[in-house]
Amino acid sequence: MAKGKITIDREKCKGCELCVSVCPKQCIAISTGLNDKGYYPAEFSQGEEGDCCTACTLCALTCPDIAIEVYRG
Amino acid sequence: MKKVFEAPKSLKDNLFHYCPGCGHSIIHRLVAEVIDELGIQERTIGVPPAGCAVLAYNYFDVDTGEAPHGRALAVATGIKRVLADHVVFTYQGDGDIAAIGTAESIHAANRGEKVTAIFVNNGTYGMTGGQMAPTTLPGMGSTTTPGGRDVVRDGAPLDLTQMLAEAKGSVFLERVSVATPKGIRKAKKAIKKAFQVQLDGLGFALVEVLSPCPTNWKMDPVAAYEWTDKEMTKIFPVKVIKDITGYDKD
Repeated sequence: MAKGKITIDREKCKGCELCVSVCPKQCIAISTGLNDKGYYPAEFSQGEEGDCCTACTLCALTCPDIAIEVYRG
Repeated sequence: MKKVFEAPKSLKDNLFHYCPGCGHSIIHRLVAEVIDELGIQERTIGVPPAGCAVLAYNYFDVDTGEAPHGRALAVATGIKRVLADHVVFTYQGDGDIAAIGTAESIHAANRGEKVTAIFVNNGTYGMTGGQMAPTTLPGMGSTTTPGGRDVVRDGAPLDLTQMLAEAKGSVFLERVSVATPKGIRKAKKAIKKAFQVQLDGLGFALVEVLSPCPTNWKMDPVAAYEWTDKEMTKIFPVKVIKDITGYDKD
């Protein structure tokens, strides 16, 4: 069971990759599809084990566009 | 699951116009979080600068009054003196506060105006396309110094915050950086303290925030954040520059 999860708003994301660079567990990758603004947004995945995210909030703290919400529990 | 991170209430739900990876939007969020935490949204008035953050009123859900280029602290002085029970902050870039607005900044600090200034230092004129700013680092390229800033020809970077430390009315001056998650947490603490100084009526408070500008630095955002953390802090060290608040050290 995962300790946490995040949601990334595809349309707010500008694909700067800062969240990808700070995630200690590499749960975030860049999507292969464009959003409406023409950016490749970040995408979240719990990984094969399904428990990647620990809700450490580093991604949301770093995200300049407040595209990320973090849930814990 | 419980939501542990969401957008602050003092920010409107508008998409930022800033470039991908811009530090401005992080600093907007921190200021809004502090306004939320102090519960002062209804009595806060912001004064945005001329520069990339000129449209800050599209994002902050507080009253704002626009100022002519560089004169944010003069405008804030007027607002605060008329509406003394309100919380007044300026949000200024380096070209605004440290070039065209140097005089207003120094005199506002010297008079000890009870306002809070957020000084965003990205070492370049962002909105106009990356010209040399007073804070551009030696050797750093810009559209007006294509071969890099030459200290003999162009002068050394101006450390405005250090200059303001000499002013009798300044109470709290700190330089922080948003280049790392740890730095972002520290930046928020500093901004909160700067607002607290105003709430307690102690005098002038300013927080200088080192902020990456990937577009004009011609770097990708991740590299720009690393560069801010490693290179920019050599010339502009992250530290408390002046603190005579008397608050306990935390």
